[in-house]
Order: sequence, then C-alpha cells, then structure tokens
Amino acid sequence: MAELEIPAKYKIDEVRKRKEILELPIASPGDEPIKINLGPSHPAMHGTIKMIAEMVGETIVNIDVEPGFLHRGFEKMMENHTYPSALPYTDRLNYVTAFINNFGYVATIEKLFGIEITERCAWLRTLFSELSRITDHYTCQAAICSEIGAMTPFLYFMQARDWIWEHFNWATGARQTYSYARIGGLARDIPDDWLDKCKEILKSNIPLLKDIHGLMDKNRIFLDRTQGVGEISQEDAINAGITGPFLRSTGVGYDVRKALPYLKYNEVEWEVPVGKYGDNYDRWFIRNREIEESLKICFQCIEKMPRTGPINSDDYQAHLPYKPEVYQTIEGLINHFKIIIEGPKPPKGTIYHCVEAANGELGFFLVSDGTGTAYRLHVRAPSFMTMGALDKIIIGHQLADIIPIFGSVNMVGGECDR
Amino acid sequence: MSYQLPDFPDMNYYDRKKRTLLDQLYVKEIGRGVWITSKHLFRNLFKWLTFRKGGVVILYPEEQRPDLSPNNRGRHVLVQRRNGSPRCVACQMCATVCPASCITIEAEESDDAIIQKRPKVFNIDISRCIFCGFCVEACPVDAIRMLPTTEKLVGYNRFKMIYDRDTLLHWNPVVNDDVVHGYNPI
Repeated sequence: MAELEIPAKYKIDEVRKRKEILELPIASPGDEPIKINLGPSHPAMHGTIKMIAEMVGETIVNIDVEPGFLHRGFEKMMENHTYPSALPYTDRLNYVTAFINNFGYVATIEKLFGIEITERCAWLRTLFSELSRITDHYTCQAAICSEIGAMTPFLYFMQARDWIWEHFNWATGARQTYSYARIGGLARDIPDDWLDKCKEILKSNIPLLKDIHGLMDKNRIFLDRTQGVGEISQEDAINAGITGPFLRSTGVGYDVRKALPYLKYNEVEWEVPVGKYGDNYDRWFIRNREIEESLKICFQCIEKMPRTGPINSDDYQAHLPYKPEVYQTIEGLINHFKIIIEGPKPPKGTIYHCVEAANGELGFFLVSDGTGTAYRLHVRAPSFMTMGALDKIIIGHQLADIIPIFGSVNMVGGECDR
Repeated sequence: MSYQLPDFPDMNYYDRKKRTLLDQLYVKEIGRGVWITSKHLFRNLFKWLTFRKGGVVILYPEEQRPDLSPNNRGRHVLVQRRNGSPRCVACQMCATVCPASCITIEAEESDDAIIQKRPKVFNIDISRCIFCGFCVEACPVDAIRMLPTTEKLVGYNRFKMIYDRDTLLHWNPVVNDDVVHGYNPI
C-alpha cells in the first residue's frame, strides 16, 4: 500500500515558515527547545487539560495539547440507562448551559418518536436556552477578564450570572443542574410571576454590563493582550470543524439557529454577529454582541409567549402520565410503571439533531434498536473541535499568551472529554 | 418589542478604532476605573451600614440560607401515614429510575393486609445522590418528597451520609398527608 502523502503546504516546516517562526527564535544551531509542561491540574488552566510546550526563549515553537483527563464514559453510560433516566447526565456535559444540553438531547428523541411539542413549551425552551447562553458567555468573559488580571469585572459578571441562576432555581428546583426537560415537554410549569421577575432581572443586568464595558473597552492592558493574539484563519477554523462564536469571530456567519432553525428562533428578530480577524479580541467582542442578541431574544420571548396552555404534548408514549391519573386509574399506573422500568421505546433508526450551544454546534447522534435504551449515542461536542486547532493558534506566541488564548476559546471539560 | 436595549457606549467600536495618545496613557482609564469600582464599593457599604444584605457569602453548614426557593430540590423525606408508619409500599420505582443508583430498598410483609408491602430497609446514600428529583416524580404513592432546605446534608464520614428509613421518616415529623411540601411535580 502506498504511503499516504502529505501535501507540502500542510507539513509542519511549511506551516512554521508561513508563521515566520523558524527565523525568529533559534539562537544557535546546537540549541534544543525547552519543554514546559502545563499540567492537567494547573491554577491558570480552567479545566483539566495538559499542554506540553516546546519553547525557544519565550516563544512557543511547538505545542502538544492533550485533553481527556475528565473522561467519565458519558457515551457508555447512556447505553446503560433508559432515555428519561439518562437525562441528568446531559446536564453535566457543559455544566454552565445545562438547559441547552437537556433540550438538545430531548429534541433528538422527540425527532425519533415524531412528537410535536406544544407552543408554550417551545417558547419556554427558547427562553431558557437563551438565558443559559447568556450565563455561559458571562462565565467565559469573566474567565478571560480574571486571567488577564482584571478581578473586578469577573466579580460583576459572576454577580449578574448568579441573579439568573437563582431565578432558574425558582422555576426548576436547582441552580445549575436542572434536569428540567422531559421527552415531549418540561418537568413542570413555571411559577406565575416568573416571567415578569425574569424581565426585571435582565434589565438589572444591563447597568452591570455597562460598568464592565466601562472598565474593559478602552483598557490598554486588556487591548494589548487580546488584539492580534491567537489569530486563526477562516480556512483553518473551517477545516478543524470549529463552530460557534469561535468560527463567527473569523467572519463566517454560521449559526445553527439561523441555518437550521429549531424551536422558535425563526419567529424572533435577531442577527448573527461576525468578526474579522479571529483573534482573542474578536472572540471577546462576538460574545459581548451575542449577549446583547440573546437579551433581545429573551425580551421578545417574554412578550410573545402564550401565558397559559399545556406544557406537555398529548403523546403518552414517551413522558410520564399526570399524577392524578397515576393515583386514580389503573391504566395510568401501568403506563407509569412501563415507562420507568422499560423506558419509552422509539422506533428503530438513526438520527442526528443539533442545537446551537454556547460554544458551537452541539449534536446528538443516536442509534436506536427499538428498546428503551440507546444502542449508541455520540455527542458532537463543540469544545472538542477547538482543541484540534489550538496548536495552530498558540504556536508563535509567548508562554504568557497561552492563558488568555485558552480562556477565550472557552473549553469546557465536561463537554470536551465527555 | 416594548423594551429597547440601550446602546452600550463603547460597543460600536468595530472596525477597531485607532487608539489616541490619551487612551495610550493610563491616566484617563485609571480615573474611570476608580470611579466605577468606588460606586460599587460605596453602594455596598451603605447597604451594610443600614443592616441590609451586603455580602452574599453564607457559612454553609452552620448558617442556612433564608431565601431559598420553595421549589429547591433539597433533603429527602419519607411521608408518614396518619399512624406514623411510612407510606412507601416498596415498589422499587425510585431505585429503578435513580440515575446514580443511590437508593437501596428491601421489602417486607406489612401487618396491614391491604397495604401488603412495606420497606424494611430504605437507604439513600446522600453522598452519591445528584438531587435530580426523579425519585419524587417516579413514586406512584407520593411517599417520597424533597424539601427545599439543605440542612444536615454534610458529614465528616461518607458512611455517615447514608440515611436510613427512620432518619428519613422522622427527620421532619410535621409532614402530614394533606400538606404538599417542597418539590412535587404535580
């Protein structure tokens, strides 16, 4: 068999030459690069990831990125649990946007069943998805700020995030791992005045955001460390399979919410922000713009949402029957037991469904063999794709630039390593 | 849309503005930073001086949060019948649905001929529990509920965090048949 030939332009020497590194650092011919290990558990890395950097002087000439230290066998566990009882595991994929993971997982199974969710449920899911996208962007932005040395905006972001999380607790019963979605609906209806309070909370976030912009937008230290650092070309980003704010910062306006509209995203007005250079600063900028767009969507959802109506679909094959039926009728009780013991049984087949998570396209590929448990479930995790392109971004920069670069790509360990 | 977002003052910076000399000198930005942070400082200080909620830190095991949501999924309780026996009929539904497999149930025959079964052992390993509330949802007789409080959910030893039937049953004797407490999916 002929050996696979690598085109010249992809060879490492050529790549380095293009980045004009080889001429830069090597001092004398006998020098070897020094290896520096940024271990799996390092105070400056958020998430457990190992990086072995080869350095000449202060410049990184080669880097080896090793994810996988948070591997918990998510996909194997999905094969051992029935569809409803595996739901809490999806909370822990990207633990900041548990709602989006829940709704993505549940929508995959609904697609397989052919269940249509109710109007009110779809609006609620849209609202919750956007709120949790806001919280994820808050978290990422806060991390970038604190890694560059600005602790105050970090605390303001955390405060704003906590207001939203505490408000989630009033609707779902948990601050972070909600387990709120059910196949064909939601776990429970929201309290009566929840939406009005939600509006107030979002409005009270705006002064805090203004303060943060006041601190960061013209801050010279911040601009110097983000502008022109961690650049990636559009081509590289597409080839690596990157999606989400990272891809949009290079100028590609790909967003699953626009490209393959799901839930109610085609009934609200919003736009996809794109960047130009694909560096740290563009990623920061895109996330800020997305927070604004998400706020817009949230306000529109609250306006347009029907205030009354059923939450769960009429389809009883997938979700648990209502409690009065379980307590009073034998059919309801049998249905309840069957769904819990055996799980809802979708038809045989394979299906892929993707949603726009905070870091990009979160896809679920499900193989069903007709039983109540998934035969195979693969998660297309957006963070994992960014890890493949991380060396392209980091090579040529200095050791201190790893931290803001790694902060701005927003790798989430639970999702990346699964 | 009734509510319009305000324009953030410096957000319309695309394409990147060239920085002026005044921006390059740190002085102006330091002044702005001090102004913004001191506004927050004095606001919080005023709240603290007038005995309102200033900080948000709670020293957890000793202090309890007074403002927890009534829907919060906290501590498990087993509901009693009017004579004080557990309402649970040991049907194993909660143990089946539990994603963390932290519930252990052993059944025995009940004295009452109508009830037939009752739990001899009902253990919940709180150190493994993920508080998803599925056990509450799965119960066909409304025998297990979750209270909003997170009291006594800590321990020095993981073996002491396995709560048995009597602890779960008598932890809050106020629970009676008619009042719906805490997380209940109806």
